Amino acid sequence: MLLCLPLAAQNSGYLTVGQVQKVAGKRGAAVETKIALAVRPGYHVNSNTPSDEYLIPLKLTWKTTGALEAGAVSYPKPTLEKYEFAEKPLSVYTGSFELTANFKVAANAPAGPGAAVGQLRYQACSDRACYPPKTIEVTVPYTVQ
Amino acid sequence: MSFPRLIAAAITALALGYLSTGCSTTTSVRAASVKPDGERKTAPDFTLKDPDGKVVHLSDYKGKVVVLDFWATWCGPCKIEIPWFTEMERKNKDKGFEVLGVAMDDEGWEAVKPFAQQLGINYRLVMGNDQTAQMYGGVDALPTTFLIDRAGKIAAVHVGLASKKDFEDGIDALLGNNAAPGIVRDDTGGRAAVPAAGGSK
Repeated sequence: MLLCLPLAAQNSGYLTVGQVQKVAGKRGAAVETKIALAVRPGYHVNSNTPSDEYLIPLKLTWKTTGALEAGAVSYPKPTLEKYEFAEKPLSVYTGSFELTANFKVAANAPAGPGAAVGQLRYQACSDRACYPPKTIEVTVPYTVQ
Repeated sequence: MSFPRLIAAAITALALGYLSTGCSTTTSVRAASVKPDGERKTAPDFTLKDPDGKVVHLSDYKGKVVVLDFWATWCGPCKIEIPWFTEMERKNKDKGFEVLGVAMDDEGWEAVKPFAQQLGINYRLVMGNDQTAQMYGGVDALPTTFLIDRAGKIAAVHVGLASKKDFEDGIDALLGNNAAPGIVRDDTGGRAAVPAAGGSK
């Protein structure tokens, strides 16, 4: 069972975390949440699979998941964009996109609310300059039913 | 937009276009390669370490023309400029010129050394830090490159990917290599006659 309650946006400059769906499920249930992200117009962030070994990928990791067990994070298909500063097209995200985070409610989870807290690391560039990697906190509220 | 407003907008656009391009053949140069001497500020001195752990001060380079390049391995535009700097270092080293690369990678030399080797960087590198970046105005966007004259003053700043020609013209102006002194290139790609070492950037 999945509830969809939008939460306040978190802005860290070039990438904004928008709506994060609140999840709810029974013990042992597989649950997922969508995390809406938006890149500032005129900028891009590297995808989770950048085209160059030196580029820093977009990556969501969990600091704490409470009564949830973290599963895979699904990243959308990146776009290949050609920029003046790169010989080959780069694997990037621009505009709005969503990550999907999968969890399993622990078998012994106590009923009630909680929150999983993750860190989203990204590195943004324009077509002429790049900006230091940043980390945004992502909070996923949940309710064990 | 109404017709009269459209006409007014067109006239304004034409007038602005004349001021920004038509005048550039006289003394109005946009973003020339170097600032006039009187407008230059002293480049803040710093103490950083090179890959061998040797201490490097910017003041060690006084008397030389220096390209001070803030960069990082994860910066694509930096990767375009690095071969230019390698070439400029080779071409001008015996004329009192040095490139100094300030790496801003959080991962330190572990990330920077193999990258430098892969790109064949032939100039000195030091590991930067936030304190040094703050001394130079924050340096959030990379590359950010300062062109420093023999007196240790900042003659030009390029934020983001610049053109190779802008660097070459700036270096030539500071080294006194210009075949025709006072001729500097503007960002529009044209050439403009200005007073020696003149510019508006």
